[in-house]
Amino acid sequence: MIWTLDLLILLLVVICAIAAISVKDLLSATIIFGVYSFLMCLLWAEMGAVDVAFTEATVGAGVSTVLFIAAILHTSRRSKD
Amino acid sequence: MKALALLATLITGSILLYGTMDFPAWGDPQDPAAVYLSPYYIENAVRETHVPNLVTAILGDYRGYDTMFETVVIYCAGMVVVSVLRRSKNDRPENKT
Amino acid sequence: MKLLRERTEKQRLGESLIIQTSVRLMVPFVQLFGLYVIVHGHYSPGGGFQGGVILGSSFVMLALAFDQKSSLRLMSERANAILGNTGAIIFVGVGALCAICGGLFLDYSALDVLIPLGPVEWRSFGIFLVEVGVGLAVMSIMVSLFWDLGSAGKMDEGL
Repeated sequence: MIWTLDLLILLLVVICAIAAISVKDLLSATIIFGVYSFLMCLLWAEMGAVDVAFTEATVGAGVSTVLFIAAILHTSRRSKD
Repeated sequence: MKALALLATLITGSILLYGTMDFPAWGDPQDPAAVYLSPYYIENAVRETHVPNLVTAILGDYRGYDTMFETVVIYCAGMVVVSVLRRSKNDRPENKT
Repeated sequence: MKLLRERTEKQRLGESLIIQTSVRLMVPFVQLFGLYVIVHGHYSPGGGFQGGVILGSSFVMLALAFDQKSSLRLMSERANAILGNTGAIIFVGVGALCAICGGLFLDYSALDVLIPLGPVEWRSFGIFLVEVGVGLAVMSIMVSLFWDLGSAGKMDEGL
């Protein structure tokens, strides 16, 4: 475990989480959520849990982003609040 | 209202962070999970199942119920989405005249 | 200018030659990698869940680059449902077969009475059977989730 890399990834995770809930455009929020999932995947791979990182990369960053985009394109793109 | 929500979030987050202070350190060989259960798997899993990847051995064999109900949960999610969203050609409004 | 706008409006969203050609080239390799992840789960990270998601995402990629009809031509809805149910039944069936053969539920070493491979080899092979079941079920569920969400349940052109 390299603590500088850990700190960098955790900072980016927090920034991505705050950006994903504060951005108005839901499509952008979905892409930022994909970035968040991918950073979590990096964090897990760095901690040695490669199986969990693989699952996160396929499900979190891959399929769930596509499903969110499919749902957004059939509803509205702008968030109300 | 927004300040109240921020306050609730901050209080919950600080309580959760306070709770994690009792956790053992990352990779601590003396924490309870690494003392009782993990040595058994590390010593016996390859001999008992001939699977070199310990994670697959635990998920597929020792914790088979966990994996089975995970599959059942995903299956139920798929069934619910299909039964809620799927429209057959007959009950579209333009065909119903 | 007006003609150009009409032409771009007539063309469907995201339809481009580069994307279609690259997806057509990539899909066989993605499916091969998914099968590799399922089968090689004993020796490397991976397993049924991840491999099933990769297999399903290859069909999602086809449905995104072309339209949903072409992905439905390659894998019909009926075949998808049959594959998903088969996967779920394989998992529960292997577990029940262990119980029928005299062991506990999901205790694969009890299957030794059917084909004598030795209980340890049967535990390894039982994990493989179960992973194949999980992979089939997850692939079918991911594909049907995308089909239903992407076309609002109408199974037409989709996104």
